[in-house]
Amino acid sequence: DTVFKLKYCWCRYKPEVGDIVVGRVIEVAPKRWRIDINFSQDAVLMLSSMNLPDGIQRRRTAVDELNMRSIFEENDVVCAEVRGFHHDGLQLQARSQKYGKLERGQLLSIPPYLVKRRKQHFHYIEEYGIDLILGCNGFIWVGEHAEPKDDMVIDEQANKSDQILKPSKYSMTLEEQERAYTPLETRQNVCRTANAIRVLSTLGFSVTIEIIMDTVTMSMSLKEIHEMLGSEFCVLVAEREAERRSSAKKKG
Amino acid sequence: MEYVSPEGLRIDGRRPMEMRKLHAEMGVVAKADGSAVFVMGNTKVIAAVYGPREVQNRSQQMSDQALVRCEYSMANFSTGDRMRKGKGDRRSTEISLVVRQTMEACILTHLMPRSQIDIYVQVLQADGGTRCACINAATLALADAAIPMRDLVTSCSAGYLNSTPLLDLNYVEDSAGGPDVTVGILPKMDKVTLLQMDSKLPIDTFDNVMQLAIEGCKAVATYIREVLLENTKQLEYHRGV
Repeated sequence: DTVFKLKYCWCRYKPEVGDIVVGRVIEVAPKRWRIDINFSQDAVLMLSSMNLPDGIQRRRTAVDELNMRSIFEENDVVCAEVRGFHHDGLQLQARSQKYGKLERGQLLSIPPYLVKRRKQHFHYIEEYGIDLILGCNGFIWVGEHAEPKDDMVIDEQANKSDQILKPSKYSMTLEEQERAYTPLETRQNVCRTANAIRVLSTLGFSVTIEIIMDTVTMSMSLKEIHEMLGSEFCVLVAEREAERRSSAKKKG
Repeated sequence: MEYVSPEGLRIDGRRPMEMRKLHAEMGVVAKADGSAVFVMGNTKVIAAVYGPREVQNRSQQMSDQALVRCEYSMANFSTGDRMRKGKGDRRSTEISLVVRQTMEACILTHLMPRSQIDIYVQVLQADGGTRCACINAATLALADAAIPMRDLVTSCSAGYLNSTPLLDLNYVEDSAGGPDVTVGILPKMDKVTLLQMDSKLPIDTFDNVMQLAIEGCKAVATYIREVLLENTKQLEYHRGV
């Protein structure tokens, strides 16, 4: 049989064990969450593969099952690692502090083949104060920097809040709202980085941290951030990539 | 009515064994995983493919292969008189089924278990041979979505009017009431996946007409390969290969 395949321009993600992926929660099901990760099926995150808010390692009880929504709800963006393929589909795990719910940022969707598998997928850009997660499935998270929560801190918070579950945006006090406020500059940096990724993906160039930062630096000369999505900036980015490729050829 | 003049010209000036002009484009629907527009003369068809994705209806999920769904519809403005409803009628349901079976035969469904592939085909301009244009457009859209297939599926129709086999009938020739043979083949593997006929034909004439349609399919396949090659070259430039 002559097989007709176009593997390299596959629009869907091809999972491998150990990949970092970013996804959106579609459904809260008994003892698991179903997450959309741009694969041919929905991925499954078991309750047992997720750290509980109080940080204690224990068996999940029926109460935990009823409180699943306090951890993740529908349409939340989460970061996890691919655990493997099991009988009912792809399974994820989020047992480390660096995984979990992502807040205060943007989720971008680009073709998965533009994201190369590297050693590091989590990037903290100190000068801009933003977090960048390059999911291997083509979902990219750009957001305000969030410190990975310590177990000790979680214990204290759990003691304080007692019966009350996570504060939703409607029930936050003025103080909490002030703390949750993201400064304008950070938000602008998030937008710049997100637009840089959008331009690179429209042009079909590989998206790596070096190229993204280079593009963001290039964009600092523009007056408005939204000009980054215009055709002139697109041409600049393409020229820069051509320079990069020709200098890489000369070296190699 | 005379469909083939004494000089051997058809109503639109073509020779009996001449196909209509072909044109195709890929990647026309941004939101879809794969899409294509296929034009055969005045017949224009757009196809969009979504998938493989999670099966919407759990009861239909197959644990060892992908579920292929197809929907054929005609735009209100596609025919001479504005149509009231483009899908849900018997003809559309029949063609949806036909396209689904043809494409399912060539997609390697066992590589994508528990998932669903949706093929939506819509006729933008109808001038005969919409079924064939749909299958050709679906092939291109599936290739654009990078869904693994055994081979391309190409389709073409042929008829028999005024004692002459005619290739690629248009609407006027089709409505003449003569036989209309639609053939769908896998060109490289030289296998027939679709064979439909309206009206009656004696068996030896049928042989000739079917052979003519198969030749037409092979010509479509050559054109489709060119389009795919051009499209792949574009991708190569982007990736810097």
